[in-house]
Amino acid sequence: MSRYILSRLVLAVVMALLATLVIFLLANTVPGDPVLAQLGDLAASNKEFVAEWRAKWGLDLPLWQRYVIFLQQLLHGDLGISISSQRPVLQDIRDFAPATLELASIAFLLSLVVGIPLGIMAAMRRDSWIDHLARLISLIGVSSPTFWLAFIMLALFYGGLQIAPGPGRIDAIALPPTSVTGLYLIDSALGGDWDTFRDAAAHLVLPSIVLAAATLGLITRTTRASMLESMQQDYVRVARAKGIRERRIVIGHILPNALIPVVTLGGLAYANLLTGAVLTETIFSWPGLGRYTFRSAVTLDFPAIMGITLIVAVVYLFINLLIDISYALLDPRVVR
Amino acid sequence: MADTRSRLSSVRTPATTGTAVLDVRDLRTQFFTDAGIVRAVDGVTFSVAAGETLGIVGESGSGKSVTALSLMRLLDEPARIVGGEVRFQGRDVLAMNPDELRALRGDGVAMVFQDPMTSLNPVLRIARQLVETMRAHGRFSDEQATARAISLLGRMGITAPERAINSYPHQFSGGMRQRVMLAMGFSNEPALLIADEPTTALDVTIQAQILDLIVELNRDFGAAIILISHALGVIANVCRRVIVMYAGEVVEEGPTEQVLADPRHPYTWALINAVPRIDRHLPGTRRLTTIEGAPPDPLGIPSGCRFAPRCPFRIAKCDEHPALLDLAPGRKARCWVTQSGEPLPPPMAAQTATAVSTAVPKPSETAIAEPLLKVRGLVKHFPLPRDGLFGPKKVVRAVGGVDLDVIEGETVGVVGESGCGKSTFARLVVRIHEPTAGSIRFAGQEIADASAAVIRPLRRRMQMVFQDPYASLNPRMTVGDILSEPIRFHGLTESARETAERVEELLAAVGLNPKMAIRYPHEFSGGQRQRISIARALALKPEFIIADEPISSLDVNIQAQIINLLIDLQERFRLTYLFIAHDLAVVRHISDRIAVFYLGKVMEIAPAEDLFKASLHPYTRYLISAVPIPDADAERSRARLPLAGEPPSAIDPPSGCCFRTRCPIAKPICAEVTPPLAMLRSDHLAACHFPGQF
Amino acid sequence: MSIASAPALSARAVAPVASKTRRWLRRYGLPALGALVILAWIIVALSAPALSPYNPATVDVTARLRPPSFLHWLGTDVLGRDVFTRLVHGTRVSLTTGIVVVLVGAIIGTLVGGIAAYVRGRLEELIMRLTDLVLCFPPIILAMAIAAALGIGTTNTIIAMLIVWWPKFARLARSLVLVQRSQEYVEAAVVMGLSPTRILLRHILPNSIGPLIVLVTLDVGNAIITFAGLSFLGLGVIPPTPEWGSMVSEGRELIEQWWVATFPGAAILTVVLGFNFLGDGIRDWLDPRSRRR
Repeated sequence: MSRYILSRLVLAVVMALLATLVIFLLANTVPGDPVLAQLGDLAASNKEFVAEWRAKWGLDLPLWQRYVIFLQQLLHGDLGISISSQRPVLQDIRDFAPATLELASIAFLLSLVVGIPLGIMAAMRRDSWIDHLARLISLIGVSSPTFWLAFIMLALFYGGLQIAPGPGRIDAIALPPTSVTGLYLIDSALGGDWDTFRDAAAHLVLPSIVLAAATLGLITRTTRASMLESMQQDYVRVARAKGIRERRIVIGHILPNALIPVVTLGGLAYANLLTGAVLTETIFSWPGLGRYTFRSAVTLDFPAIMGITLIVAVVYLFINLLIDISYALLDPRVVR
Repeated sequence: MADTRSRLSSVRTPATTGTAVLDVRDLRTQFFTDAGIVRAVDGVTFSVAAGETLGIVGESGSGKSVTALSLMRLLDEPARIVGGEVRFQGRDVLAMNPDELRALRGDGVAMVFQDPMTSLNPVLRIARQLVETMRAHGRFSDEQATARAISLLGRMGITAPERAINSYPHQFSGGMRQRVMLAMGFSNEPALLIADEPTTALDVTIQAQILDLIVELNRDFGAAIILISHALGVIANVCRRVIVMYAGEVVEEGPTEQVLADPRHPYTWALINAVPRIDRHLPGTRRLTTIEGAPPDPLGIPSGCRFAPRCPFRIAKCDEHPALLDLAPGRKARCWVTQSGEPLPPPMAAQTATAVSTAVPKPSETAIAEPLLKVRGLVKHFPLPRDGLFGPKKVVRAVGGVDLDVIEGETVGVVGESGCGKSTFARLVVRIHEPTAGSIRFAGQEIADASAAVIRPLRRRMQMVFQDPYASLNPRMTVGDILSEPIRFHGLTESARETAERVEELLAAVGLNPKMAIRYPHEFSGGQRQRISIARALALKPEFIIADEPISSLDVNIQAQIINLLIDLQERFRLTYLFIAHDLAVVRHISDRIAVFYLGKVMEIAPAEDLFKASLHPYTRYLISAVPIPDADAERSRARLPLAGEPPSAIDPPSGCCFRTRCPIAKPICAEVTPPLAMLRSDHLAACHFPGQF
Repeated sequence: MSIASAPALSARAVAPVASKTRRWLRRYGLPALGALVILAWIIVALSAPALSPYNPATVDVTARLRPPSFLHWLGTDVLGRDVFTRLVHGTRVSLTTGIVVVLVGAIIGTLVGGIAAYVRGRLEELIMRLTDLVLCFPPIILAMAIAAALGIGTTNTIIAMLIVWWPKFARLARSLVLVQRSQEYVEAAVVMGLSPTRILLRHILPNSIGPLIVLVTLDVGNAIITFAGLSFLGLGVIPPTPEWGSMVSEGRELIEQWWVATFPGAAILTVVLGFNFLGDGIRDWLDPRSRRR
């Protein structure tokens, strides 16, 4: 077991290193010149100014040297300076991450808590109304564009019915809770500030539903398919022949096998959340990483884009590592 | 052990002998498919007395497994029990509510299924699966159940049961898992155990172990046993009484020895005579007795006797559907022909080509010539994926130095249990796999390390027939394309018309209608597909054919047809065969010489008769002894040699003689020196330090 | 399960065999609907100019943000352009990009994955590590980074998406070829002495193509959503080219004038649903287990 974890860990580190190389190459060898993109037309025509600019950002060194410097900086937690905000990218990320973390966690929880039971019930009552409902929800979930769903929700529940709060993490006039974790729900609960808690929670409802939609669809679908697969296995018939109660068969025999692929899906689901966050946050004016990414992309803020891509890739690898490990815990066949 | 047994059986005394523990009347189970209603079980009636052993035998599709599942109401949609009565200890099983049914399953009646590899839940420990069986019926506390689980595993012959109980199923071999399933079956002291093909997925020596265990369990626990099998030998081994099923009906019923010795239904007669026997080989009769055709289409069952269309003894009255008629006390048959009380005649001796069969050159006559195939020191190692990044590099030693000659015109049989390397050996000879070391000379040419270009012309002379008729034909090509592709690729014909004629010839040669060339493989039955596979092997007019378990996935009658076809073709085209199989009786029937494989090595090579009469290697003796014989008297009179344990892993084989870990006469030298394959008698080679001493 | 919960015998003498039409609808209804929806959108894309009297680029400041009416079926946007016209014309970009990305990605991926599985060894190892590397980035983020690096424009966005898209096909193709490779009919072809190319093209690929077709169909919807998302972020088409994602983006703050963003988004939803229905149908149809039912 420990050997398995160790080899997974080494693999993850190697992949992370390769990811830095990809990002570095992407940032440095693509045709679009970031200098020209950053400096206005006027400044770009001034050769001296351009050269000075290049030297300032280390753009005049050979490629491999720049990569070594890039790695050294990374080791010191230096992801470069954002061109548009003129602040260290890491600091920007640190400021914006909690909002995304809060939103993504709630959405992830939502998709698991709804998706898994829905998938299970759909499989158990195949071709019943609940199966059809689950299919409808999952199809709409995976088929609707996140940005559009976000707009519809806002237009309907905020603009039309006026039962949901508008964009943002809390009301525009309210003050954010004292920052401890940066997660408003936790911070306000710690401070006993229940009005802010309610406010923050209300603001989370729409964006988290929107963000969860695609993941929810995927999880429902996978759970159902893998339940059906597991229900057809011989050991289920054996369990029935042993006189085990139907409930016990589902919980004790079918589920442990059926949930293994659902766990694997976790990585994919997480990717979906990050992808969705970019679009959801943009519409809900959510001050998180997604909106930061969007702004960086629009302004072609290279250090920021690359910094985010790297951070996301590392987080992604870490989650995959966790999945591999939990996979080994769930399925005894993985580790010989 | 005696102490364990008394403790185990103290839980509940079995019902008194003589009364029926199970009574089935006119059971009807049907499948409601889109294409129509399939009457899988159609009016089956039988009963099982307490402590009795009953065998149910029949081909695939005869309804025997559906009957078994119906008894416990374990069938899923679209199957439904539409009529009849199943009484267990007097209670009507079909009328039970779900709770009563649950209480019955695993308690009064237990069941063991065919495939031990899929019967256990892979993510749960053995302990949990055993304990829950006992806990579900509330007769034991957790501690009691665990203790009982350990003693049961010990009783089933699992070593170190305290440790084994905490293992996961994947850590066990198939035979071990079937022991676990038996432990599970007996954990609540059932009055009846239903075993559905419990040994079909296992090797012959492991099968012998499991069958012996079932016999013992029946004796010690007093549970009645219903054993379902397609193999008469297996039934003869265990059961006192047998029922034979055909097309959803019981066609014959009686005491096992009587039914086997004197079958009164032509179908039973055909089943018995289609199987080559290991204990009885009549020289001159190379062809097996077969019946024509296939079982009726389940959607269009004939109105008269269901066997009549295939029956060699058919009379006019057979247009009428016969009932299961009494013949003698305890004997019944669903047949008009045997109503007179006359037994069925013995099968006719080989009808055709007896003259030709004597013309087949015997190996001894042609031994002077250079062998067609000469294999020396052939080795194949398969690398295993590493256990993580830091695991040691491991290899599976699939073939570990094999020497074998095949002389032109003869048939060499290769037998061995799964994992002995016989299929890998075949694939090395035809160079599907690259040999790791060694030499293969075919027709005087070295091919072990030859390039593809060098081998290509030789491919025409050396062909292969595969095991699985469903996987060995490309499903997206018509039969005509499958057969013509090699002909066209090698440019054997001048024109498209000539190719088409050749394809028709090939189909006719294997006994298929030449018009079938336009069809796709899925339109054919397993036996027909195997004929197509043989036709494809013949397409390039080879002189040497390697057949890798060509009949192991077919029903016995189809097996016999294919064996007869192979013999015919050999005589007609003067073919040389390397015939690989795990079924010793079949290999004996078809082969001139036989090589016995164990763990990637040849243990013994001898002419077929010699091998069975005077084997020199202990493993060969065990192997022969493990084969069940479809003759209750013979089964009972002969002493079975019990080969304990399972073959060691090919990743880390034992030093010296690889059989020494299970050999009763192993001495220290066996661990140190690998015995060479030595000529000990004329034409008889064995790799043993103490040949013939066991 | 059915048995455990089944009522007493007498209550279920004869099975209600569903009528032929109902069976057909149950099995092929949704896939047929999906195919119809896709077909309808393709027709719309082909005949876009004929469907509307307006020009998608004509700005009419006097007619800004008109609600849906007889004159403007789906209303007008901030610049007074007819939403219906822009939506109809936008079909072309969305459908083309979705199909192109998936088809080209699938062809590249299948070839690379198929070759990897067939040659084995070092090359396979290299290719598979490369797919691992690409797959360790969330697709839209990597596509964003690439699109940002290459510069904005439809072609560049397609290139960015292709870089992200091929690995999943490579993986699937590899696993499919590996399965087929060890099948006995392929071994038979080897024994026949057929050439490796012939075995790969004539035997292995035709038997591996089913799951690939399923993935292609399901994935077109995915690609359409991704491209629209990138456009929404300003990384897809260059304005004023009509495109569904950028149309939603233009209307994203107009909650009162809901029609600007709602209709293009709904268009995306229908076409993606269409591909999902069709893909699911093909999968069920190819799966021998469900076919038996």
